[in-house]
Amino acid sequence: MMDGAGSVDRRRFIKGAATGALASAVPGAMRAQDHNHEHQAVPSDPALRTKALESLLVEKGLVDPAALDALVDAFENKIGPRNGARVVARAWSDTAYKKRLLEDGGAAVEEMGFPGMHGEHVVVVENTAKVHNLVVCTLCSCYPWPLLGLPPVWYKSAPYRSRAVIDPRGVLREFGLDVADDVEIRIWDSTAEIRYLVLPERPAGTEKMSQEELAGLVTRDSMVGVGKVKAA
Amino acid sequence: MNGIHDMGGMQDMGPVRHEENEPVFHEAWEGRVYALTRALGAWGKWNIDASRHGIELLPPEDYLRMSYYEKWLVRTIGLLVRQKMVTTEEIDTGLAAPEAGKLTPKLNAASAAATAIQRGNFMRPDTKVQARFRVGQHVRALKINPTGHTRLPRYARGRQGTIIRHHGVFVFPDTNAHFLGEQPQHLYSVRFSAQELWGGEASPRDSVRLDLWDRYLEPA
Repeated sequence: MMDGAGSVDRRRFIKGAATGALASAVPGAMRAQDHNHEHQAVPSDPALRTKALESLLVEKGLVDPAALDALVDAFENKIGPRNGARVVARAWSDTAYKKRLLEDGGAAVEEMGFPGMHGEHVVVVENTAKVHNLVVCTLCSCYPWPLLGLPPVWYKSAPYRSRAVIDPRGVLREFGLDVADDVEIRIWDSTAEIRYLVLPERPAGTEKMSQEELAGLVTRDSMVGVGKVKAA
Repeated sequence: MNGIHDMGGMQDMGPVRHEENEPVFHEAWEGRVYALTRALGAWGKWNIDASRHGIELLPPEDYLRMSYYEKWLVRTIGLLVRQKMVTTEEIDTGLAAPEAGKLTPKLNAASAAATAIQRGNFMRPDTKVQARFRVGQHVRALKINPTGHTRLPRYARGRQGTIIRHHGVFVFPDTNAHFLGEQPQHLYSVRFSAQELWGGEASPRDSVRLDLWDRYLEPA
């Protein structure tokens, strides 16, 4: 593979950039604050550094603050686990769709018509009475953003990333899920650009529910594989 | 690189802390860092692999101490300077150099909203390259210790598994992260039994599946 000759330099560089930014961007941030007295409380250090960086990048024309607002709004209000829940509810209600979803997740998800999504490399894995799937990214934080939004803190945390692969049953117990010994656990470590979505088991007692009602039951955790869907 | 980021199989990191009704961003600056990084990515001056490697290059003590978006912030500053989009002096003073002209941002509100859900495409189906393995084949992940970026975790190196799915041809992170070209090659899902990875104490039923590039594997 690579011999990383550039790594040492890069590392020194990022260290320098980091400490520089940490230590010295504060005057910039303070100046920005004087212009708008929005925050009364003393902002935390990364908040100051971020503000200083944003104001510099806006000044240089590298970013448009309205574009930043739009991106934050998209992830706070539009893109989230409801997308994935609609996919799951449809798969539960429509066997032909479920078949397509398990065969070619990307194409089947695209059928749902989420605006702007195409070419996603999605693989959907099905939980059954005998198979439990669990998704992790041990190396960073890969997660199916378009379907679940941005990952929660626990998914990105050292405890989850380190132990999901070596002690999945212990980790699942911490989520309140006891997986019986005769159930096979399949752990998907997202080491590439393939994004995994768990198709959870449809709970009993939901036979009469509409797709919309079913989607309302589906949780983010169940689509990562750390929870089960409950009937109500 | 055998860095702290390669965490699979480590122990004693503490319990998983699940937060009820967790907000997307805990503080406003986290959302700004996320959005800044996305909006800057639109300039095409780096790629997702270089971006991940930027986080791996944080000193391990910082990697463990910093919050997720703090790591993003430091990484993004590092990439901006490396790619000469800003100077260290500008970072230090918070002021644009007087001689620097004003650019036109790549993303505006409308284009940002329209592309927010897009992650980019990493598949290269037009690249003609031979697949060295087929579904069902037994393979071994190479026993290697590259000092640059790699997506072959330590816990799988030298272990034997089975190809269970062929994903197609994808950009190769080990070179792409270092701006040495995409070198597209076949990507497979490889199943490793839990006992192969962790020994006889592990459940005989369980398995870990990793997506691995052609060049990470050899026939077993």
